[in-house]
Amino acid sequence: MSGVQQFLSHFFITGPFEIGGDVSIGLVSIAILFILTRYKLWGWLWREWLTSVDHKKIGIMYLLAALLMLFRGGVDALMIRTQLAIPGNSFLQAEHYDQIFTTHGTIMILFMAMPFIFAMMNIVVPLQIGARDVAFPYLNAISFWLFFFGAMLLNISFVIGGSPDAGWVNYPPLAELRFSPGPGDNFYLLSIMISGIGSVATGINFLVTILKMRAPGMTLMRMPMFSWAILATCIDIIFAFPALTIALGLEFMDRMFGAHFFTVSGGGNPMMYVNLFWMWGHPEVYIVILPAFGIFSEIVPTFARKKLFGYTAMVTSLLLIAIISYFVWLHHFFTMGAGADVNTFFAIASMFVAIPTGVKVFNWLFTMYRGRIRTTIPMLWFLAFVPNFAIGGATGVMLAAAPADYQYHNSYFLVAHFHQVLIGGVVYGMLAGMYYWWPKMFGILLEEKWAKWGYWFFNIGFYVCFMPQYPLGLMGMTRRMYTYPAGMGWTTLNQISTVGAFIMGLGFIFIVWGIVTSILHPVKDTTGDPWDARTLEWSLPSPAPHYNFARIPQIEGRDAWWAMKQKGLTKLDDSTPIVPIHMPKSSGKPFIMGVLFFVAGFGFVFNWFILAALGMVGVVILLFSRSFEYDTDYYVPVDEVKHTEALYGRS
Amino acid sequence: MAVDAHHAGHAVDHSKPLELSTEEGELKILGFWFFLAQDMILFACLFATYIIMHNHTAGGPTSMQLFDVPGFVAETLILLTSSFTYGLATFEMRRNRLKGMITWMVITALLGMSFVGLEVNEFIHYATTGAMISRSGFLSAFFTLVGTHGAHVTLGIFWMISIMVQLYKKGLNPVTARKAFIVGLYWHFLDIVWVFIFSVVYLPGVMK
Repeated sequence: MSGVQQFLSHFFITGPFEIGGDVSIGLVSIAILFILTRYKLWGWLWREWLTSVDHKKIGIMYLLAALLMLFRGGVDALMIRTQLAIPGNSFLQAEHYDQIFTTHGTIMILFMAMPFIFAMMNIVVPLQIGARDVAFPYLNAISFWLFFFGAMLLNISFVIGGSPDAGWVNYPPLAELRFSPGPGDNFYLLSIMISGIGSVATGINFLVTILKMRAPGMTLMRMPMFSWAILATCIDIIFAFPALTIALGLEFMDRMFGAHFFTVSGGGNPMMYVNLFWMWGHPEVYIVILPAFGIFSEIVPTFARKKLFGYTAMVTSLLLIAIISYFVWLHHFFTMGAGADVNTFFAIASMFVAIPTGVKVFNWLFTMYRGRIRTTIPMLWFLAFVPNFAIGGATGVMLAAAPADYQYHNSYFLVAHFHQVLIGGVVYGMLAGMYYWWPKMFGILLEEKWAKWGYWFFNIGFYVCFMPQYPLGLMGMTRRMYTYPAGMGWTTLNQISTVGAFIMGLGFIFIVWGIVTSILHPVKDTTGDPWDARTLEWSLPSPAPHYNFARIPQIEGRDAWWAMKQKGLTKLDDSTPIVPIHMPKSSGKPFIMGVLFFVAGFGFVFNWFILAALGMVGVVILLFSRSFEYDTDYYVPVDEVKHTEALYGRS
Repeated sequence: MAVDAHHAGHAVDHSKPLELSTEEGELKILGFWFFLAQDMILFACLFATYIIMHNHTAGGPTSMQLFDVPGFVAETLILLTSSFTYGLATFEMRRNRLKGMITWMVITALLGMSFVGLEVNEFIHYATTGAMISRSGFLSAFFTLVGTHGAHVTLGIFWMISIMVQLYKKGLNPVTARKAFIVGLYWHFLDIVWVFIFSVVYLPGVMK
């Protein structure tokens, strides 16, 4: 009996926060189950969402997951800031603090930023290039469910087995079995490897979609800038993610099978991991920022009512950033001591990134110059992004100076820098995109009052939170310290920073409240083009019908929809007859595959190899059963298309 | 350009090889090329790890003591031959000869199985002499790199068998031709990876 008790006490983590977590997870689950059963929504959930291969629905599910993860990661952040508010604080113990900054980083990068960009690309790219879906809709659903169940696997670690606590980079030797026994780090490895498979698949999927499925007449150099940004992102995903897979895979071999990749005693070398990790990690930074650049390149011309300044330069700088991103990874650890020559190469390459990035910022500003600017919510987020990213970029160049970096390395100066570019760049960009495309996703407009409150609180809170961290870093405060003594002179700045974090938290609540009130009191977008925008997605009704385009339009130049409107058209050319539309069938297999990967991952986490093997065998069976499935698509009959179009007042 | 326009989405372009004659075939084959690109990076990382770990034997057996020349030469010849026989299967597919195609695929799969058999045998032999994955950094890198390739080949064999069954049941059409073509790409890719394993792992491993 005591054995069972001991097992259970390790399996279910029982601290005050965890029990709080258990209770909230329990309550939310009961509430969801109750609502689904009470309103008989199970069938709807399964048919319309869980089995859907429609890129628009998958995008919405990514968006929902990203916002939930933003909440979870944000709560982690507030706990971190609460702990650091006063010196010698005992709100969190060291072990707990380590777990929380680890899950904060992992969730924000891999389970918030990544699904947010996937949400945007899923929702927008096919509509923008005039396609009816992505190249591989079934694979797209698999990508989503692998991401989803990977994220679940990481999140469940909080209450079952224990969270990882070796930092979001999970460096050995700390992350090796000897120093991190127990399932925590296994959760990290398995959850990221599972969702990583999905990410690579998404990269391949969208690269093929963009290269092969553009509407006739849309040459690459006529393509909207967001789609260009996603093309560059996909190239980065395809060539960067394998390095992460290998870094994590080798650590997995070390932990599971006693291999010696990173253990010095067995002839291994921990710096191997650090190099492999950042060969992915640095391109990853651009994987999340390039889509934000793409979003801004759509928003600025729309709300300045001018075409984008320097289209060719914008494309060139995107691709330059995508390529240079592979030659800068070592700047994350100049202190490895690779020597002056190697450090110089990476320092100069890192500084070089600032040039194409600067080109982009100036081109947005030139686009605004003499434009008729409307300060809508998406535009406000862009305007907040510019100074934010300029400061973040400048401190980035400071960090890239290798000799000086020996001082900044792993200090709060670095923490402030990367939060400035990741929040000021990625999060602002994604929020801007969410506000911009919300009408297209749901057919309703978002209200502006709460959105503005959220905007100002988040923005002011950002500066209050992170500006003090630059001087804190220069004063010697290093990242990941769970507390500090009173006499260091850090107290005031830390207190200011904590206040800022809570102002950001309020901002997030206002943003969510704005969305909730908009849903409760919907204002319908009847035109499909509420912003008077320029690209093809705005030619469709909101939300777009499941087949997107009744007829694939012929493209004659950049800003295709704007050009049509200039010619006096109010909708796409409907003079040609409608033909039956070829669409993929829904399938429950992607969801089941996610579940099976979750089962396998869970088995590996606890070294229950039988469970892991059962999960993997299930995955293989599913793959082969899909291969034998030939009835995977269907035709939407002309009458149904006509009927749907008529509902939107089109023909 | 003769195009069967019976359905806009299922147009068949007879001027192209069968596997590339539909839009779906074209998309999936291009997508698979990108998959191979990422798989190449995956192996590149494993090769880099191996090159660094090669001499990190931690007092355990070295590649010199371990590698058996006739064994890996046999593996190499068998795998290279299997790539050639799959090329013959594709050749038969282009000439629309299903029977010849399946015959060559069976031969390819048999060669693949003998390759995997030899490799498993090699690994077991190493393990019985105490050269396990947990012995040293060198052996960790060796087993992981060569084992990952072997796992790829094993999956490829099962995949190929399932495509043979589908060819047998459905005959040659744009869908089955595309599937067979993609397995072929995968198989040739693994052959190329093996050429690198031969010249980066085994050959320098037995040279002074």
